[in-house]
Amino acid sequence: MFKTYKNLWWGLLALIIISPLGLLATGTAFGEWGLDELVDEVGFIPAGLAKFADFWPHSLMPDYSVPGMEGSFGLEAAGYIISAVVGILLVVLVISIFYRMARD
Amino acid sequence: MHIPDGYLSPQTAIPMIAVMVPVLGVAANKVKNDLKKKQIPILAAGAAFSFVIMMFNLPVPGGSSAHAVGAVLLAILLGPWAACLGVSVALIIQALVFGDGGILALGANCFNIAFVMSFVGYYAYKLIKGAADKLSGRGMAAAFIGGYVGLNIAALTTALMFGAQYHLFQAADGTPLYFMYSIKVAVTAMMTEHLILAGPVEGLVTVIALWFVGQNYPALLSNGPKWIASNDKGVGSHV
Repeated sequence: MFKTYKNLWWGLLALIIISPLGLLATGTAFGEWGLDELVDEVGFIPAGLAKFADFWPHSLMPDYSVPGMEGSFGLEAAGYIISAVVGILLVVLVISIFYRMARD
Repeated sequence: MHIPDGYLSPQTAIPMIAVMVPVLGVAANKVKNDLKKKQIPILAAGAAFSFVIMMFNLPVPGGSSAHAVGAVLLAILLGPWAACLGVSVALIIQALVFGDGGILALGANCFNIAFVMSFVGYYAYKLIKGAADKLSGRGMAAAFIGGYVGLNIAALTTALMFGAQYHLFQAADGTPLYFMYSIKVAVTAMMTEHLILAGPVEGLVTVIALWFVGQNYPALLSNGPKWIASNDKGVGSHV
């Protein structure tokens, strides 16, 4: 899986290492405010939204963070990098299913 | 652009899941049948690229943020169906593990970010590139515009889904039940930041990544009857 296009994976590794740059933008994207931000951003929490907002409370690494790794930019950056590695490994794992199914 | 849970009514979110299940089924079949084994690592790297590029939040003046997606790059390399599948895998992992985008909203998010962006961006790219080489000036301009247009149309369909909630779903006292702004407000806010900031960044990301692939593996971008072109039926060159 990784042998044929080595340089693509090296490029991805470089992106993973600089990914904490993405932490510098601290604002929440339009329409992605959490329940804790809605009162400030919008002024109220719509009833239906409140009902479904926590539909999936099982995210192991919420907001690309590692639980416990918070409080300083360095820790959050490390958590962000770990999140990128974990996410990419999972993506590659899922796509590799197709490696077995595809023809030679 | 990752819609969290609660912003869409179940009456919107569930039908979008029902739409995307067969679409992803078709995409998986296309990948299985039309891609060769040695193209799968490109799909994996492209989906991984999409995953990580979405982590690069761009600050939007006024306190918001936006990001590129990388879907059109994958569509240029392997065709829109493969791009749709690869980006959907990234979105599903983001939702399940990282809480980025809702689970009920996964159908809507895969529709906007994976399906709409891949196909719109790909055909905008094809239209502009014409018969030019992928790495020619025109090919690169087409990649920029493909990324720009793809991301912006995805932002538009997202904004329309948001805004529709306000008009369709209100409590008895008139307060919105889900997304809380009108279509006009949603479209204005989403399109301003994507037309001015995230769109050009998507275009640049697409061009730079395509150039990087071309420098390292020129065969992947050749227009001639190379292995990728001969195997391109239905996935890459035409539909």
